[in-house]
Amino acid sequence: MTTRAANEKLIMDASEVSRALTRIAHEILERNKGTRELALVGIRTGGVHLAHRLAKRIQEIEHAKVPIGELDITLYRDDLSLRKEQPILKTTHVPFNIADLKVVLVDDVLFTGRTIRAAMDGLIDLGRPAEIQLAVLVDRGHRQLPIKATYIGKNIPTAGDEVVQVFLEEDGEEDRVVTRQGLQNS
Amino acid sequence: MSFKHKHLLSVAPLSADEIMLILETADSFKEVSGREIKKVPALRGKTVVNLFFEPSTRTRTSFELAAKRLSADVINFSPSNSSVVKGETLLDTARNIEAMQADIIVLRHPAAGAAETLARGVKSSVINAGDGWHEHPTQALLDLYTLREKKRNFNGLRVAIVGDVAHSRVARSNIHALTKVGAEVRVVGPRTMMPFGIERLGVRMYDNLDEGLRGVDVIMMLRLQLERQGRALYPTIREYSRLYGLTAERLKLAEAGALVMHPGPINRGVEIAPDVADSFSSVILDQVTNGVAVRMGILYLLSGANQ
Amino acid sequence: MTILIKGGQVVDPGRVNGPADVLIENGKVTAVGQKLKAPADATVVDAAGRGVMPGFIDLHVHFREPGFEYKETIQSGTAAAVAGGFTSVCCMPNTSPVNDNQSITEFILEKARAAGNANVFPVGAITKGSEGKELAEIGDLRRAGCVAISDDGLPVMNSLVMRRAMEYAIAFDVPVVDHCEDLHLSEGGCMNEGFVSTQLGLPGVPAAAEDVMVARNLALAELTGARLHLAHLSTAGSVRMVRDAKSRGIKVTAEACPHHFMLTEEAVCGYNTHAKINPPLRTWADVQAIKDGLRDGTIDVIATDHAPHATQEKQQEFAAAPNGIVGLETAWPLTLTLVEEGVLSLEAAVAKLTTEPARAFSLQKGTLAPGADADVAIADLRESWEVDPARFRSKSRNTPFAGWKVKGRIRTTIVGGRVVYETP
Repeated sequence: MTTRAANEKLIMDASEVSRALTRIAHEILERNKGTRELALVGIRTGGVHLAHRLAKRIQEIEHAKVPIGELDITLYRDDLSLRKEQPILKTTHVPFNIADLKVVLVDDVLFTGRTIRAAMDGLIDLGRPAEIQLAVLVDRGHRQLPIKATYIGKNIPTAGDEVVQVFLEEDGEEDRVVTRQGLQNS
Repeated sequence: MSFKHKHLLSVAPLSADEIMLILETADSFKEVSGREIKKVPALRGKTVVNLFFEPSTRTRTSFELAAKRLSADVINFSPSNSSVVKGETLLDTARNIEAMQADIIVLRHPAAGAAETLARGVKSSVINAGDGWHEHPTQALLDLYTLREKKRNFNGLRVAIVGDVAHSRVARSNIHALTKVGAEVRVVGPRTMMPFGIERLGVRMYDNLDEGLRGVDVIMMLRLQLERQGRALYPTIREYSRLYGLTAERLKLAEAGALVMHPGPINRGVEIAPDVADSFSSVILDQVTNGVAVRMGILYLLSGANQ
Repeated sequence: MTILIKGGQVVDPGRVNGPADVLIENGKVTAVGQKLKAPADATVVDAAGRGVMPGFIDLHVHFREPGFEYKETIQSGTAAAVAGGFTSVCCMPNTSPVNDNQSITEFILEKARAAGNANVFPVGAITKGSEGKELAEIGDLRRAGCVAISDDGLPVMNSLVMRRAMEYAIAFDVPVVDHCEDLHLSEGGCMNEGFVSTQLGLPGVPAAAEDVMVARNLALAELTGARLHLAHLSTAGSVRMVRDAKSRGIKVTAEACPHHFMLTEEAVCGYNTHAKINPPLRTWADVQAIKDGLRDGTIDVIATDHAPHATQEKQQEFAAAPNGIVGLETAWPLTLTLVEEGVLSLEAAVAKLTTEPARAFSLQKGTLAPGADADVAIADLRESWEVDPARFRSKSRNTPFAGWKVKGRIRTTIVGGRVVYETP
C-alpha cells in the first residue's frame, strides 16, 4: 500500500521513470559503443537499485552482462568531523577490479555534488578506472561543486529548500519521483 | 540505532545491540582491509594517541594500523616507568598529551580503572586497551567478531573460558560480551583463579577441565601468567598443565568442530599442547586481521565531533 | 574567663540528660543545673534548642606532622577537630619520622600547645620505626605524654612481638591499639574482596584478613591480661569475636568509624578513590553487624580515622591512590544518623564520642561534671546542611560525603574554658 503526503507534487510517474531508465541504458551503450570494459556502480542506497535496473535493460538490449558494484560513501563524506554521532556504515561491495574499466556511477538525485565527489574518491581508492561517468535519474540543480552528470533522466528546477524524493518498487513503493516543500534534502 | 558513547571503557555498560553495531561496523572495515589501498579518509585531521604504560606490541600495532587506515594522525607514547615513579600522575601525563590536541586516547595501563580515571579528567574520547585485571574491551569484541564469522549465531553458543579468570581482563570483557549476546559461558580453573562471586556475572564455574569442556562449541584458553608461580595460585607448571592444559584428547570432549581461541601469546605445552596449538593457528591469524577491522570500527564510532 | 551556657539540652552521658545551664569558670566546669545565675563578668552563650555535650574525643586521627605537612598539620588538624566538636584527639604515630621516641612526642605536644585548638594526646609506636621488630621505648613515650601505643597502618605481624608489647605495656597501664590486618592475606588489595572487586577487577582484601588478626589479638590479650583496643572494626566476624571476648572478661575495647556504618563497598564503583580506605568499606551485612555492635556495646567508641591526603594523591588511579578519608568535620551528623535510625539513643551516641573513648584510653576528659576541664561541644541536632569540602578546616578534602545533605551541626566548641570555634 502506497501512501502519499498531501503536499507532494508528482514529477515522474512509474512509466516516466521506466522510459527514462530505458533511454539512459541506450545512451550508455551508445556512448561506450557496447558493454566492453563497462561497469555499473550504484551509490548506496538509492543508486544501487537503479544500477541493477540499468544492467537489466542493458542485458535486454545488448544480451551482455555488465558487472555491478555497490558503493557506500559514508567514510568519504566531507562532514564526518562535524557530526556528533557518526552515521551507520553500510558495506561497499565491488566484486571486480575496476582498474581500466569505464565505470558508470549511478545515483537517484544529483543535488550539491558532494555525494558524487565522495563517490569518486571512494571509487578511485578501489583502483584506477579508465573513465568515470555519472548517471542520475533526477538532476535538481543547486550544485556546490563543479560536477556534471553524463546521463540524466530528468532535469527538475527546484527551490533550495524543496525535497526531491525517489520512490522505487524495490523498497515496496510505487515507482515515482516527487517534490515536497519543507525539509532540505540530506 | 546509533552509538552514543563518548568512550569505550568497558564492555559491561554496552547493550547487545551496541555490540552488534560495532561488529557490523567492523564488517565495512574488513572490506577496506581487503583492498589494495587499505585506507579511507574518515578520520582525516583527527589525532589518535596510543598511551601505553605497559608494553604490548600487538595491541598497540593493531590500534596504530587501524588509526592510520582511517587517515588519522597517530602518536605512540610509552611513558617510561621512571617518569611515573617520579610522581607524574596519569592525569598529568594525559593532560600533556591532550595539549597535543588528541581526539582519541587509547590507554593501556596496569591499574584497573585507569581508563575511567583518565576519561573523567580529559576532554578526548578514551578507549581502554586493557586496564589491570578489569577489562580489555577491544579484545573481547574482536573475539566476538571472529566467533561470528566462524559460528554465525551467538544464541545458545556454549563457550568455556579456561585458566586464570581472576587476573584476566580478557576473561572479564569476554564474559560480559558473550553473556550479553546470548552465549552460555563457563569458566574453568582451580578456585585460586576464580574471583569472588564470578557466577553472579551469569557464568557457571567448573574446577574440572573435562567436565567444563563437555559439549562446548568454543574454548577460550587464557594465557598462564608464568610469573605468578610461587604466589600459590598453582603448585607447579607441570601440575597446572596436567590438570588444565588443553590436549587433543580433551578437545574430543567438546562438540565436533569446536573452535579453540587464545588471546596470545601462547605458552606452548603449558595451557595448550603443541599439536592443538598448530591446528588452530589459522584462527589466531584471523584474530589479527579482525582486530584491525574491529578497532577501526570503534575509532570510527567514537570519532564524532567533541563538544 | 567565665562562660554561662544557657538554655540548652545537656547530654552528659551517665550524669545529665535534659535542660540545664552550664557554668564555666577558670577553665573548669563549676556548675550544671537549672536556671544558673550568670556572674557579673560572664559571657552568656545562648544554647536554646541545642545540645550541650562534653567536647568529643577522637581516639584515631592522623595529623601528618612531622613529615607530611602538605596533607595536614597539627594546626590545621586541630582546627578541623574543633570545627567538628572534637576537643581532644589522639594522633597516630605514623608520621615521618615515626613517633617512636620522646622527642617526637614532645614536638607534637609543643605544636599542639602553639595551635591552641584541641587537646592533643599522642599515640606512640609499639615498635621502633613501626617496623614490627623491636619494641619502642614505651616507658619513655608514656612519660612524655603518649596515652596509648600502636603501629597503626602497619600492623604488628609477628605475634611474639605483639605478645611482648602487650606484656610490657602492662607496667605503664597503656592500652595497646592494633589495626587488625593480616598483611599476607591483604597483599596488594585495595578494596573489599567481594563481587564489586570482581566486577571492577581490583585486587581485594578479604574480611578474613581482619578477622584472623582480631582473633590473634584477643588470644594474646587473654594470654597477657593487657588492655587491648581494636581500631576501626569493619567486619561482622570482628564484631562477633569482640562480643564473645568481652563476655569472657577479656580487657578489650573497640572502635568503629562513621564510614564503616554509613557506606558499603558499592561506594567504590566508578573507581572512586574517596571510598578507598583501609580497612576497606565492606558489605551491607558487615554494616549491619557494626551497627549491632554499637547498639549492644560491643563497639565502645566512634572514632574517625581522620586521614587527610592531598587532592593530587587521590586523583591517581585507584590502586595507586592512598588509603583514607578525612572525618573530623562530618562525624557528628553521621553519628546522629544512628540516633535517627534508632540504633542508639542520643545519650548513647554521645557516650561513644565522649565518656567511652575517655575510658578506653584513661583520659580525664569527656564529662561535664563540676571540676572537669571545660571542654564543651554545642550542637544543633536537626539543622540540615550540605557537606562542602571546600569549607573544611582540614588542609585536605578527601571525603566520600561531599554533597551529602546531613542533619546536625556543631555551633560552638569550647576547650579549657575558651571558645575556639563558632559556626560562621
